[in-house]
Amino acid sequence: MENSNAPHQPHHPALQHHFFNMGQQLEASVLGMWVFLVTEVMFFGGLFMAYILYRSLYPDAWLAGSQELNEVLGGLNTVVLICSSLTMALAVRAAQVGAWMGQVVNLILTIIFGTIFLVVKYFEYAAKFEHHLVPGPHFDPARDPAQQLYFSLYFMMTGIHALHMVVGIVLMLIILRMAWKGRFSAEYYGPVEISGLYWHFVDIVWIFLFPLLYLIGKHY
Amino acid sequence: MSHISSKGLYYTIFATLIVLTGVTVVIARMDLGALNTPVALAIAGFKATLVILFFMGVKYNTPLTKVVAASGFLWLIILFGITMGDYLTRGWIGFPGR
Repeated sequence: MENSNAPHQPHHPALQHHFFNMGQQLEASVLGMWVFLVTEVMFFGGLFMAYILYRSLYPDAWLAGSQELNEVLGGLNTVVLICSSLTMALAVRAAQVGAWMGQVVNLILTIIFGTIFLVVKYFEYAAKFEHHLVPGPHFDPARDPAQQLYFSLYFMMTGIHALHMVVGIVLMLIILRMAWKGRFSAEYYGPVEISGLYWHFVDIVWIFLFPLLYLIGKHY
Repeated sequence: MSHISSKGLYYTIFATLIVLTGVTVVIARMDLGALNTPVALAIAGFKATLVILFFMGVKYNTPLTKVVAASGFLWLIILFGITMGDYLTRGWIGFPGR
């Protein structure tokens, strides 16, 4: 191609040689990340599908099950995740304007918020085990067995969401290390941007999980 | 793509998301009959849209990225629509032996 006659022209060290310029490289990264996120939408979509179907078949089990969830902790975690999304967006912005301090501080805050979320989730899960709400042989025999469907989906949906949070935190630690070394600038911030897309996606899943799992039985 | 949003925009979106979370919790305590879940989903959908457009910056992305992002949700609607279309209509037609 035309480019091959100028292989030694000075360019940004992060520019891969199958791209013409940094802008094209970033567009390709963002598009690729969105393709991945679409597969994630479908992955969680299957769980939401199961939720819709079984809730329509066992509406009472859903309301009774939901009343066992701690709405205060769920709400707290929603706020924590929204805070983390703000710091994530600010970290990407800091990379775009080449602010080292802004990247490092906001990435650390994002990691802290993510960790708080998981700690709260740990206490919630522990309480469910204590109250015999985990599906299986130890499930409270006084309860309608259909509620095990609700709690199965509760653990599966929030568990896979929490797994995504763990992956997100590991991702943020890698990005933090890169940001710490000053790898990002106004020309090159793709890794921060697409990791941010992943983080926001995980936040969006929780935005739906919170009302659908925690709040459906509150108007009784 | 290289669009840089102002910090003010991010703070505004953040405040809106927090307020809407509060609204969801308050509305969940009211008895709206069959409307409780649709209202909660409408608020969640609006919050998700804010995150996608501004925090994720899809508003400033290329048309191709916008189409790909939207396609995920289109397929989700197909998944929900066809599956529930099946389950909810199974009792409509009676036939012998069942």
